[in-house]
Amino acid sequence: MNYKSNSFFEKLFKSTLKIAALIVIGIFILLFYSLVERSIPSLSQNGLEILLGTSWDPNFEIFGGAPAILGTLFSSAIALVFALPISLCIAIFYTEYGPVRLRPFISGVMDLLAAIPSVIYGIWGLWTLSPILKINFQEPIIASIGFIPLFSGPAYGLSIFLASLILTIMITPIISSISIDIFSKTPMPLREGMFALGATKWEVIKNVVFPFAKRGVFAATILGLGRALGETMAVTMVIGNSYIWPFKSISLFSSASTITSKIASEFPESVVNIIHNSSLISLALVLLLISISINFVAEIISKKSAGRLNV
Amino acid sequence: MSENKLKVESLSAWFYEKQVLNQVSLDFPDKKVIAIIGPSGCGKTTFIRCLNRMHELTPGAKVKGRVVLDGKDIYTEMDAMEVRRKIGMVFQKPNPFPNMSIYDNVVAGLKLMGIRDKNLLDKVVESKLREVGLWDEVSDDLKRSGAQLSGGQQQRLCIARALATDPEVLLMDEPTSSLDPSSTAKIESLVRVLKNHATVIIITHNVQQAARVSDYTAFLYLGDLIEFGETKKVFESPKNPLTEKYVTGRFG
Repeated sequence: MNYKSNSFFEKLFKSTLKIAALIVIGIFILLFYSLVERSIPSLSQNGLEILLGTSWDPNFEIFGGAPAILGTLFSSAIALVFALPISLCIAIFYTEYGPVRLRPFISGVMDLLAAIPSVIYGIWGLWTLSPILKINFQEPIIASIGFIPLFSGPAYGLSIFLASLILTIMITPIISSISIDIFSKTPMPLREGMFALGATKWEVIKNVVFPFAKRGVFAATILGLGRALGETMAVTMVIGNSYIWPFKSISLFSSASTITSKIASEFPESVVNIIHNSSLISLALVLLLISISINFVAEIISKKSAGRLNV
Repeated sequence: MSENKLKVESLSAWFYEKQVLNQVSLDFPDKKVIAIIGPSGCGKTTFIRCLNRMHELTPGAKVKGRVVLDGKDIYTEMDAMEVRRKIGMVFQKPNPFPNMSIYDNVVAGLKLMGIRDKNLLDKVVESKLREVGLWDEVSDDLKRSGAQLSGGQQQRLCIARALATDPEVLLMDEPTSSLDPSSTAKIESLVRVLKNHATVIIITHNVQQAARVSDYTAFLYLGDLIEFGETKKVFESPKNPLTEKYVTGRFG
């Protein structure tokens, strides 16, 4: 038995793993701590205004974060509402209906889309998608149903709607490629069991594939949501960075801000004013808390459903 | 009703270029148990999967020939869903739907047919679970997931599920191969009762099992039907020397 000689390396290996794990935890604590510490000047001067206030004017030291927070939540939610059904359709087509020969092509394009740096989405949104949408979509809609506040003018092109659309395009490859993986892992015996009862293809998808894939697709959705909430560059370039939405104009075609676009566009100039700077950092803290709570809730939901499904 | 429930006429099957069944012709009599025996890879599973059009779900699958159920060609005169409702199937490994309760597993086929009547479903669940001898073991909690049962119970649940739609033919692909002896015995005695209302076609690896449960036996070898006849005759006085070798355990 050379158990003894092994045990040194065993211990070394174990402690290396432990250190790696501790570093991750340490970084998170440090990050959280510095955000809190540097938020304090803003929070002690303006209190909860960063959550509830609706206007933002560094000259008068007014720092209300509500429009940016709502902009983040809303654009991500819309992106999810669009991206989830599209992704499910892609995944169903890929795994169930599409010709096998087409698969490498589809997954290649998916991987490519997922790998495009966000600044490129931003440029494309700004120069190409924005004018196209403005002329072919926003203007006709405003002309026909513009009396509904949600679709009222003017058509800027750059808008919360465009930002949501760009986010949709960015998170669809993530959600769909994970969904494809999960759908194709549905055990063959279960599919065949359902087919053998006289099920159509769609009934097999509904009764076997979806229930099997539910938890995984949920996790993929949360991953996509996380990406959308934190996306900065592309959103900053296409959202217009105004502060009129949603309190001065509720229109989807209004320009707006998100937490990330606010921070990205104002951070350099804010260093001269400690409260301005601290307010931006408070917004960052809010974003972090949003992300943490979403992951936390997702964890609880997925654990609950795991218990119910016994899988 | 004709005496022969299911007629197979020169059935051949392929996976891509590889032929796995060669011109098999066979008439299955009504309300009997027919065993399909033969060594591994002889085409038994492909053969019965051609009988309810499951074979065509496999990529590269091709079929030629006719399979006639009560005078209707299942490939040209019926759609696959209708065929599979009339010809039920039990698989080699128990495959209850893990996301469904025991109750929902049993009625899955009925729900596909659009039957929602609670009283009717309740009745079917009880009668089918009684028929497969599972009722006393599970009736206290039908909401449990089917996947929580033991292997033998799961297989009996799958048989109940296949029986729920009252199929005229039941295909069983080595239903006991993954089960312990006592579960196997339960399923064998069940098979003998099932022929009261259906034609049962059962693949088995186990020659003794074929002798125990079946009225007729078909012996397949390398995609060819070597011999078909009453089980007693096939075992006691086989016409083909290959059959004799196989049933006496000298190869396979």
